[in-house]
Amino acid sequence: MNTVGLRFGALLLPWPFEREYLQLALVAGLVVGICAPIIGAYLVQRNLSLMGDGLGHLAFAGVGLALLTDTSPLWVALAVTIVGALIVERIRARSKSSGDLALSLVFYSGLAMGSVLLGRAGAGAKASSYLFGSLLSIDRTETLVVVVSGVVIVAVMAVIGRSLFAVLVDEEAAAVGGLPVRTLNDVLMVLTAITVVVGMRTVGILLVSALMVLPVGASKALTTSFRSLLVVGSAFGVGSVVAGLVLSRVVDTFAGGTIVLVASAAFLLASLVGRSR
Amino acid sequence: MLGHFGIDYHSRIAVLQVANLSFSYGATPVLDAISFSVEAGEFAALVGPNGSGKSTLLKLVLGLLTPNTGTVSLLGGAPTELRQRGRLGYVAQRQALPKDFPCTVEEVVTAGRLNRIGWRARMRAGDRFEVDHALESVSLLGLRKRRIGELSGGQQQRAFIAKALASQPELLILDEPIAGVDAQSQDEFATALTHLRDEHGAAIVLVSHELGAVAHALDRVLVLKRTIVFNGAPEGLTAQGISLGIHGHDLPVWLEGLR
Repeated sequence: MNTVGLRFGALLLPWPFEREYLQLALVAGLVVGICAPIIGAYLVQRNLSLMGDGLGHLAFAGVGLALLTDTSPLWVALAVTIVGALIVERIRARSKSSGDLALSLVFYSGLAMGSVLLGRAGAGAKASSYLFGSLLSIDRTETLVVVVSGVVIVAVMAVIGRSLFAVLVDEEAAAVGGLPVRTLNDVLMVLTAITVVVGMRTVGILLVSALMVLPVGASKALTTSFRSLLVVGSAFGVGSVVAGLVLSRVVDTFAGGTIVLVASAAFLLASLVGRSR
Repeated sequence: MLGHFGIDYHSRIAVLQVANLSFSYGATPVLDAISFSVEAGEFAALVGPNGSGKSTLLKLVLGLLTPNTGTVSLLGGAPTELRQRGRLGYVAQRQALPKDFPCTVEEVVTAGRLNRIGWRARMRAGDRFEVDHALESVSLLGLRKRRIGELSGGQQQRAFIAKALASQPELLILDEPIAGVDAQSQDEFATALTHLRDEHGAAIVLVSHELGAVAHALDRVLVLKRTIVFNGAPEGLTAQGISLGIHGHDLPVWLEGLR
């Protein structure tokens, strides 16, 4: 067996990505780094910056359910989060605002349910790898799921991005213009749910929302057009992942948290630069 | 004579026809036996005091509500049946966008063009020309690369009119477009609308509780108070001693007196 051949890119990438598990982490991280800000740009502009955080709480309930029933945490979390996202969107649309209290009920119930189910499954120790991510232990199958999900997110956004932008700019005019506003909002929520679950194994449930928001905040400080907001936002996302992975190896820290700290620093720096211009 | 978009606007075709329309929210009647029409190339204003039913009538015309009785014909068919939505331009009542809203004036106007050619269509040279032309019509060509949120309230309003113009509408409906807009912006706004009517042959329906600088450009005024209480040339109102324009507040005061 040619083990070198199985390690895709093992001979191509220099330190600190010379090992397969680091390369898998890099690939998964890059996918999240690209996708999360693209979705986040639409959420931030609709004042739904914390939606990813809330959906992460629901994903945690999915993980608990999967571990209790001995099924796949990734798929069960995906199903629970998508269903939850659609319910949350209904509540939000009906309340004509962010529906603060109703959403809090859904989100915190999700987090509490996850905690209870994990306890029942006797898997409390695993909680931290989902809450804070465990990027360096991601395997090939999970990486493949992350990559396929990323391709789906980018492809769907390429198709509906302009329509979503029109809704963002003027929802009422978009509806009069014949756009299926409700369906578009639902699709955005489903994509947010997918991004949260994809990010669950990389930066963790509690931090994935940060990669949806912080690179967008950094990009917003420096760009003028919505198109550049998306491109520069993803560039900040990718930069944070790469720099965070390198830094975590150098100073021996958790990869997920380090990536988000880099993204926070980039946000602060970009805000200062943007303000001084 | 054909206008800029090839529309024969002297043929006086009714682009909006409302016949015997009534609507109530539960047991509360809001609109009663409303009938009027707006023809191609006509600039009409629908005015009424607060609570007169303007917003409800607008929603019925746009197909967002269904009437209890009566019919609406929008560009030749029922509002919900209108397939080429770009034929209808709509400028909603809106708050000014925040300063840091990350999109350019050009991106906003381009969204209007995409409404005409399809959301997944590729923008061609002709489409970019129409975006430029729409921006030029509202005197915002020089600000195309600016963030929309950095524009004043009046300029933003003109940008959203340009967005509607970019879809080459045959009928443009504007909901309270001059509320809170200063006198100079109102003048520029009136110029943009008369340009749309005269060069492009589009019909315009402006829904408002005030007319300001737009008054002198109107072909027709419709006064609503649950039903249409006046339908005619603006001179018909001024003959009753009601000033429509910016010289005083006769119109709003008179409208409130209709309650």
